Amino acid sequence: MDHPIKRDHARFRKIIKGKIRDNLRRYVSQGQQIIPKGTDKFTVPMPSIDIPRFKFGDKQQGGTGQGQGEAGDPVQGQPDPNGQPGQGEAGEGEGQKELDVELSLEELARILGEELALPNIEPKGKKSLHSTTDKYTNIGTSGPDSLRHLRRTYKQALKRQISSDSYDPNNPTVVPIRRDFRYKSSQPKVEMQNAAVVIYMMDVSGSMGDEQKEIVRTESFWINLWLKSQYKDIEIRYIIHDATAKEVDEQTFFRTRESGGTLISSAFNLCKTIIDADYPPSEWNIYPFHFSDGDNWSADDTKLCLDLLDNHILPASNQFCYGQVESRYGSGQFLKDLTARYGQGHDKITLSKIKNKEGILDSIKEFLGKGK
Amino acid sequence: MNRTRPITGELLALKNEIEGYAIEYGLDFFPQIFEVCDYDTINILAAQGGFPSRYPHWRFGMDYDQLSKGYAYGLQKIYEMVINTDPCYAYLLQANNWVDQKLVMAHVYGHNDFFKNNAWFSGTNRKMMDVMANHGTKIRRYMERYGQDAVETFVDRVLSLENLLDVNELFETPELRRRRRDSDDKIKEGDEGEFLVDDRSQALKAFMRTKSRAEKKDKVKEEDVAHHDSPEKPLVRPTRDILGFLMEHAPCEEWQSDIIACLREEAYYFLPQRITKIMNEGWASYWHSKIMTERALTSAEIIEFADKHAGVMQMGRQNINPYKVGIELYRDIEYRWNTGRFGKEYNDCTDMKEKAAWDRNVGLGKAKIFELRKSHNDISFIDEFLTPDFCERQQLFTHKFNPRTGRNEIDTRDFNAIKQKLLMQLTNFGQPVIQVEDGNYKNRRELLLRHNHQGVDLDVNYAHETLKNLYGIWRRPVNLATAYEEKEVVFHFDGKEMKALH
Repeated sequence: MDHPIKRDHARFRKIIKGKIRDNLRRYVSQGQQIIPKGTDKFTVPMPSIDIPRFKFGDKQQGGTGQGQGEAGDPVQGQPDPNGQPGQGEAGEGEGQKELDVELSLEELARILGEELALPNIEPKGKKSLHSTTDKYTNIGTSGPDSLRHLRRTYKQALKRQISSDSYDPNNPTVVPIRRDFRYKSSQPKVEMQNAAVVIYMMDVSGSMGDEQKEIVRTESFWINLWLKSQYKDIEIRYIIHDATAKEVDEQTFFRTRESGGTLISSAFNLCKTIIDADYPPSEWNIYPFHFSDGDNWSADDTKLCLDLLDNHILPASNQFCYGQVESRYGSGQFLKDLTARYGQGHDKITLSKIKNKEGILDSIKEFLGKGK
Repeated sequence: MNRTRPITGELLALKNEIEGYAIEYGLDFFPQIFEVCDYDTINILAAQGGFPSRYPHWRFGMDYDQLSKGYAYGLQKIYEMVINTDPCYAYLLQANNWVDQKLVMAHVYGHNDFFKNNAWFSGTNRKMMDVMANHGTKIRRYMERYGQDAVETFVDRVLSLENLLDVNELFETPELRRRRRDSDDKIKEGDEGEFLVDDRSQALKAFMRTKSRAEKKDKVKEEDVAHHDSPEKPLVRPTRDILGFLMEHAPCEEWQSDIIACLREEAYYFLPQRITKIMNEGWASYWHSKIMTERALTSAEIIEFADKHAGVMQMGRQNINPYKVGIELYRDIEYRWNTGRFGKEYNDCTDMKEKAAWDRNVGLGKAKIFELRKSHNDISFIDEFLTPDFCERQQLFTHKFNPRTGRNEIDTRDFNAIKQKLLMQLTNFGQPVIQVEDGNYKNRRELLLRHNHQGVDLDVNYAHETLKNLYGIWRRPVNLATAYEEKEVVFHFDGKEMKALH
């Protein structure tokens, strides 16, 4: 049995998860605070939760120390060494501690989902793709000794002895015989496979500044997190474009800055090519995301974009998302064009305007709130 | 499943050896029991204040979380836990190396002697392990009955006031209480006092009190909020024992008063350790050093020991290290009393040369430190034995925050300033002095607390949150009179909003 402190620990975890949920908006708008740790763990730094007490304020208090130095020298040095032997009362720790809360991907995604009331996604391609695995969920009467189920065997023997009246409560010895033996046995289980691909496209022309990119980065972090929690298998592709588009890795995606003009259709074209080459829509859940500040070179190109969307991208995708990040230089025209064409209520296309970092969470909700 | 087990074999032999040295040096201790455990268990014990069984609370889980991480990342390691019980239990980390175990055992005998002999510990319950376990059982039962959330919320509120203790309560005896009550009775007719005058445990008394209250309540059919003194009866004297006050006067359910009583008892149990940190750690370090260097060490172990010892004695720039200041003070006192460097003759001597070479060879050092470890606490220890020489040798300084540079800076190395600062930090074990002044403030059943401001403001955010928790217990508006930014102010919380009344 676990020590009761594990329950205190679980309780503590529950409380801090609640705190993270309450402060999610702050975490999201401040972007960098959540640090990925390995593939599916995250560290969330948060101020230590404390039982409030009447205590002295920090600044006036000052203190006493030991060591060298003249009056006026800074005291900053090593903080008090911890873990000295002879700690008679370690429970009495004082001072403000930072808590590093470790959360798994699922936990963090659940917090996001609860806070934004995100619906779970009904993946498509479910029926067409499945794999079979063996799960030991059954009990059988034959099998290798290594799989013998001791409790069931014992139960069986006890049953037999009681029913055959050979059980003596005063001498409760239960001896299983051959036919009492029970074994764990496997059963084939069909597992649904589903896979998703997220294709991020971003305008990297001169008008997209660092702040805009930061917003896109934060937004993609949370979108990835959510989709990863929804799909078994997820691939992420990145496309940057100015007047021409190219596929890049994640690092380059967020770092590149070009100065050319903007032809959105170039990205859409590349997106279409990627989908056609690697992701048959019958098997993949496809999520193209496009972020820009709304500037496009010409109305002609916008027309080309709408064509590509209508005829290729939309039919293949679960949902196409366009996020327009407000910038000082962008005209925001592209969003107007898309709205004029599809309206806000379109089934497969989600449009979102992100004013600033505070707007990220709402925009995520718009993107993921449809449950597609 | 037992997570700790008694020591056997080599460790047991080592214990007997060290115990022999402790006796030889004249230490006087409770029977000592050592158990070994793994790091996870010692983290659990440390998170629970040294006790194997506590009431359920997330705070223990939080401390456990941090200790476990600290250990996993190699930032900190607990070598040992010792608790003030009779017999005295101490836990050793299984993975300690041989020298560590030796050092730790020697250290533990120092603590054990201190627990047994220091007067401030004389009133502590040496069967605290059972008491803690009982509190756990009770609070768990309340949770089953009234819901985990309700009980946890209440525990949180009480813990919020856990530091509002009166050190003098440590010497409360039934006799003292009776005497005071007799004088109080002239002013106030107490009808609940009869339970207070025996030495039954606090928890039992609280239980009996609430029982009798519950009966009364049935009879009188009091209104929704039942404050148990009628308004005409004023609070007789201000008290700093705020938990004690709430236990008796707050409109609590039976189980709530019982929880206050449990937590109050635990807080008072730990209080002596909080007011003797320097003395206690200094004493234990003095003895581990002496036993190790004069008896227990083999020559092969010297370096290892020196390394460990130095780690423990590391000076702190932000805060003094109680181990270091403690051990050095004991050594200094021993030296002074061995050489006769005390008293009028020495103090009046103006010849620096003579003073530097002063040695009357009186050899009173050992007797002196044994004597003072009986009666002093950190405040009186520092007040009486800190000398300018000592401060200089130990490189003590005071520091304060410089708003211009935005950092903490060394302020002065002046003896009087250092002493004053140290004493201030130790006053009321580093907690603000706050007392209940009026339980019927403004004749409206409001509660008035007064902070005795001694130059340092309270942390306002914390004070507000604490007042909210206090309101949750008192269930009528609560007030805290203090000074903030050099102005008198009363923080007032009425259940809805916080006001600062000037």
